[in-house]
Amino acid sequence: MEENKVKIRKFLSRFFKKHELGDDEDIFALGFVNSLFAMQLIMFLEKEFELAVDPQDMDFANFKTINLLASFVEKKTVKV
Amino acid sequence: MKIELSDAQQGYKESFRHFADSYIVPYAQRHDAEERISEEVLDRLISAGYLGSMLPTSFGGMGLDMVTVGLLNEEIGRGCSAVRSLLTVHGMAALGILRFGTADMKAQWLPRMASGKAIGAFALSEPEAGSNAAGVKTTATRTAGGFLLNGCKRWITMGQIADLFILFAQLDGKPTAFLVEKANAEGLTVNKMNGFLGARGSMIAELQLNDVFVPESHLLGKEGIGVSHVALSCLDYGRYTVAWGCIGTAQASLEASLHFAKEREQFGQPIGSNQLIQKMITEMVVTVKSARLLCLQAGYLKDIGDPDSIMETWNAKYFASLAANQVSGHAVQIHGARGCHQDFPVERYFRDAKINEIIEGSSQMHEVMIANHALQAL
Ligand SMILES: Cc1cc2nc3c(=O)[nH]c(=O)nc-3n(C[C@H](O)[C@H](O)[C@H](O)COP(=O)(O)OP(=O)(O)OC[C@H]3O[C@@H](n4cnc5c(N)ncnc54)[C@H](O)[C@@H]3O)c2cc1C
Repeated sequence: MEENKVKIRKFLSRFFKKHELGDDEDIFALGFVNSLFAMQLIMFLEKEFELAVDPQDMDFANFKTINLLASFVEKKTVKV
Repeated sequence: MKIELSDAQQGYKESFRHFADSYIVPYAQRHDAEERISEEVLDRLISAGYLGSMLPTSFGGMGLDMVTVGLLNEEIGRGCSAVRSLLTVHGMAALGILRFGTADMKAQWLPRMASGKAIGAFALSEPEAGSNAAGVKTTATRTAGGFLLNGCKRWITMGQIADLFILFAQLDGKPTAFLVEKANAEGLTVNKMNGFLGARGSMIAELQLNDVFVPESHLLGKEGIGVSHVALSCLDYGRYTVAWGCIGTAQASLEASLHFAKEREQFGQPIGSNQLIQKMITEMVVTVKSARLLCLQAGYLKDIGDPDSIMETWNAKYFASLAANQVSGHAVQIHGARGCHQDFPVERYFRDAKINEIIEGSSQMHEVMIANHALQAL
């Protein structure tokens, strides 16, 4: 989980250069990201963690904070 | 670092070029004059499998990588912008279903789209909603078993012949994507639109939707993600193939100009020996190469699933559409009066080029996006 958070934080830092992003801070409320961000984020998640983001998962509520992103990744990559 | 096509990509490029020279170039002027794509060309595209160029083999597509898809769009675009537009919008619809569709939608539509039995189109723009795509006014209201769509879509490429539209409407005030099947859409009127400046064979239509029923199962993706995810994802492919098509138009302009500059004599020598003509040719050569490199980079990033591919596609489309305008403008200049007459294709290239600065996000929308991205990256 911590390792995933580091990767997520590194990706997000491209968009939040001057801002130290807290684990529970709302990415979308900060106003740094544009309309392409959601697509970029999904591509990042799919490539980095080798998972598939289904249309049903495409909800900003899943992706709002580093903690939520990390638990989303955890949920998606859990081996059954 | 290595920038070169693989042997397989090179082989595809040659076969695409041969196809375009044999079956597209000879028809392009007719498409322009008659404002439609001929049946023969459509049949050839279908039998070559190109309508499935962007789809995986599991759905009957060609399973090409994105660089090769780009090469196809360059070569087809070199022949005729309208035919390239067909590949673009059909691919946008097909890939939208592949990415956001249910298993049933994919099984029902993708094999038919890959084999050309069904043609797809992308219906976003409206009389009041252009650059501001999220502002679409078409509505979807819930009814027993599905939705009723009401509104108007305008400028829909291939709308005259499409069997299936990815169409965007406000559901509970949130932009949402729907599949609208022409054969099962009572209340849908398709009106031909003629009289365009360029890409005149694009068989554009206006769609009037009057209580058109679409079943629940035709909602594509999920409520509210129509523009933020579905349209943006389709447009990413649209932008990519338009950019490659621009290189095709620019390449065709360059090739015509090289031949002409060698043959046309004034003041007792070919005009190509004049340094002012050489300057234009130099700009054309370097501009085409630059645009192609940007497109190749965007394609490579797409093939490796890199999130940067999205911005690089904006960069590539912005530059390639300006390049097509500059290069086709030079081509008209080099051809003199002949460049202003329909007997020479460069006047068509010049008209076709302009369209690309408006579709898939205008140059200004690209400037807004690219500049903001650059400012944000500091
Ligand atoms: C040949 C052709 C084929 C098309 N095919 C399709 C299709 O298949 N499907 C579909 O849905 N649509 C299609 N369209 C429509 C196309 O996507 C729109 O024309 C495009 O989005 C621009 O919208 P608009 O024409 O309403 O211009 P507007 O958005 O009204 O813009 C007019 C001008 O204002 C500028 N402008 C607007 N907003 C800003 C801003 N914020 N900052 C700076 N400048 C701005 C624009 O760049 C432009 O120069 C097609 C159009 C053409 C010409």
